[in-house]
Amino acid sequence: MRKLTMIEAIREAMEQEMEKDQNVIILGEDVGVNGGVFRATDGLQKKFGEDRVFDTPLAESGIIGTAVGLAMNGMRPIAEIQFLGFIYQTMDQICAQAARMRYRSGGRFTVPMVIRSPFSGNVRSPELHSDSLEALFMHSPGLKVVIPSNPYDAKGLLISAIREEDPVLFFEPMKLYRSSREEVPEEPYEIPIGKASVIKEGEDATIATYGGTVPMVLKTAQAFQEKGINLEVIDLRTISPIDTEAIKESVDKTGRLMIVHEAVKTGGVGAEIATIVSEECLYSLAAPIVRVTGYDTPYPVQTVEDDWLPNVERITEGVENLLSYQ
Amino acid sequence: MINIFEKHQPTEMYQIVNERGEYNEAALNDLNLNNELLQNMHYWMLKGRIMDQRFLKLHRQGRIGTYGPFSGQEAAQVGSALALSKTDWVVPSYRESLVSMIHGTSLKQFLSYLKGYFGGNRPPEDAKLFPIQVIIAGQVPHAVGCAWASKLKKEDSVTTVYFGDGATSQGDFHEGLNFAAVYNVPIVFFCQNNQWAISTPFEKQTTSETIAQKAIAYGMKGVRVDGNDVLACYQVAKEAIEKARKGEGPTLIEAVTYRRESHTTADDWTKYRSQEDVDAWVKKDPIVRFERFLMNKGLLTTERKEEMVKQFEEEIEKAVKDFEGTPLPPAHETFDYVYEKPHPQLLKQREEFKNRLER
Ligand SMILES: Cc1ncc(C[n+]2csc(CCOP(=O)(O)OP(=O)(O)O)c2C)c(N)n1
Ligand SMILES: [Mg+2]
Repeated sequence: MRKLTMIEAIREAMEQEMEKDQNVIILGEDVGVNGGVFRATDGLQKKFGEDRVFDTPLAESGIIGTAVGLAMNGMRPIAEIQFLGFIYQTMDQICAQAARMRYRSGGRFTVPMVIRSPFSGNVRSPELHSDSLEALFMHSPGLKVVIPSNPYDAKGLLISAIREEDPVLFFEPMKLYRSSREEVPEEPYEIPIGKASVIKEGEDATIATYGGTVPMVLKTAQAFQEKGINLEVIDLRTISPIDTEAIKESVDKTGRLMIVHEAVKTGGVGAEIATIVSEECLYSLAAPIVRVTGYDTPYPVQTVEDDWLPNVERITEGVENLLSYQ
Repeated sequence: MINIFEKHQPTEMYQIVNERGEYNEAALNDLNLNNELLQNMHYWMLKGRIMDQRFLKLHRQGRIGTYGPFSGQEAAQVGSALALSKTDWVVPSYRESLVSMIHGTSLKQFLSYLKGYFGGNRPPEDAKLFPIQVIIAGQVPHAVGCAWASKLKKEDSVTTVYFGDGATSQGDFHEGLNFAAVYNVPIVFFCQNNQWAISTPFEKQTTSETIAQKAIAYGMKGVRVDGNDVLACYQVAKEAIEKARKGEGPTLIEAVTYRRESHTTADDWTKYRSQEDVDAWVKKDPIVRFERFLMNKGLLTTERKEEMVKQFEEEIEKAVKDFEGTPLPPAHETFDYVYEKPHPQLLKQREEFKNRLER
């Protein structure tokens, strides 16, 4: 099978859905002629025309607000927010508008819109270009939040997101855009939203993670494997709605849980998972839950980010703590 | 006083020195500038260009992070910045490095920003200068608030806020202008219309013929100025600042200029604009034009210019070398400016972080 990078897989998912459905359109800053600052929409305006791929004025709230109206009147917009740090500009349109249009209108209207946005760190970007803001949207009923970690998942999840009847936020870890090439089927396929994937089986402890930290968690788990310690790794893939079953099943088996994410610690995805575990399977736990996350500060400058983010050293130490508890 | 705001429509472009270095005698006499100020304008424009090109080179060598160059926009920045007093506030975006330096940031400080050192975006204590804003138009309402505070405190200070053509599409721009007019605050909105917002040309940003005319809707004065003519930029900024100082209202200035380089070092302009587009604007270069003017007036010679270039190159080289010898600030400082006093959980995180790095 041919191999694609994650950015190529994302581009292909959009291209195939646009071929299939005339109502799928793309709007965002620099997505047309320039093909997006990461080339996610490269060539799509050329192929589908200026009536389906729009270079918008520079206004995020305008992009999302008009996408809501487009979606309510039959279109299926894919809106790009150039970097996730700029999504703060659109909080009203996402959380107070898109998220509750179905509810507000008693089901008369839906907002089948996808918001794509690059995020995550280790890439030496300027301020507000690397922040992980996913937890903000997990706290808004009506939204779904999807975060792929590899080319295969990215294509299948994005196709599902475009076909969804409710608004989906699709956040793409920039550092994984071109970090590997993997086999991706040519034909369109769906990966269900809301389902986690166990990417490594093991019985000694569970590590739940998603997005940019998946490769380093896997690498750490493989290093432990060589020492005879079998860690189970779950790639959540969707953080809202979260796959409670997959977490419960794994923790029931291993009795130990560590959560790894780049986002700041307090009020994050890790906090939600820990609560789910205490509600669903507290008595399966043999050790306190460990979180390895960003610290509770704004995302730091380039010279500090690698130490501030989860890294192999911090994850290894976390696993050791988790296992040391008898 | 020429009184530009009475005599010109927002859609007319105000100019003193044209592309060939020819000038409007009457306007110039009226300006009544001393030679020292003219030479100071040239000093900063030339230094700015050399610095900007040097930073692009440092990026290619991997010695600084992402950089947003301003080559081509020197006249707009220098003209407006030299019209300010030290007691006036400057609120910049990421494109106005030259303005920030004229208003008090050192080369060393700017290097620490570009190299991603903690504290790199801390404006010097004695400069009335806001930190660099990355969010497009986010600084516009801040500037209005800053000017409003000066008014409430009855301080003699005018605020100038800088932003680009793309920024005029954001709600923050429109909300800021409206507040400024409603509260009649002492502010100058200085838009550098460099024709591009990354790959988006001005025509796709708005169907207004000019940015200056947007002022009318908010009940304020708007003026369009040749942003590659340093004297015109100086004159327009000066009048707008004095008008604001007298409590006669805010002004929107649109300086028509051009971004000669790519948007930042992460961008490649060949993807979306033609060589002809660039060449046409290079002919209107602000420095070439002003040097012709100065040479005609006997205020500059080729030899003097070469000396200056050499001196700036050495100065910048030395600053970079010196800076590269300075140690990184301790990484745990990243915890020290979240709150006035870190809360207990944060202190605990700081300890863990610090201990880990010191191991
Ligand atoms: C809210 C927000 N949206 C998008 C961006 C990404 N971005 C950075 S600069 C830029 C273009 C800005 O154009 P303009 O206002 O004309 O200023 P210029 O860069 O030309 O100086 C964009 C889209 C951003 N920094 N902030
Ligand atoms: Mg611009």
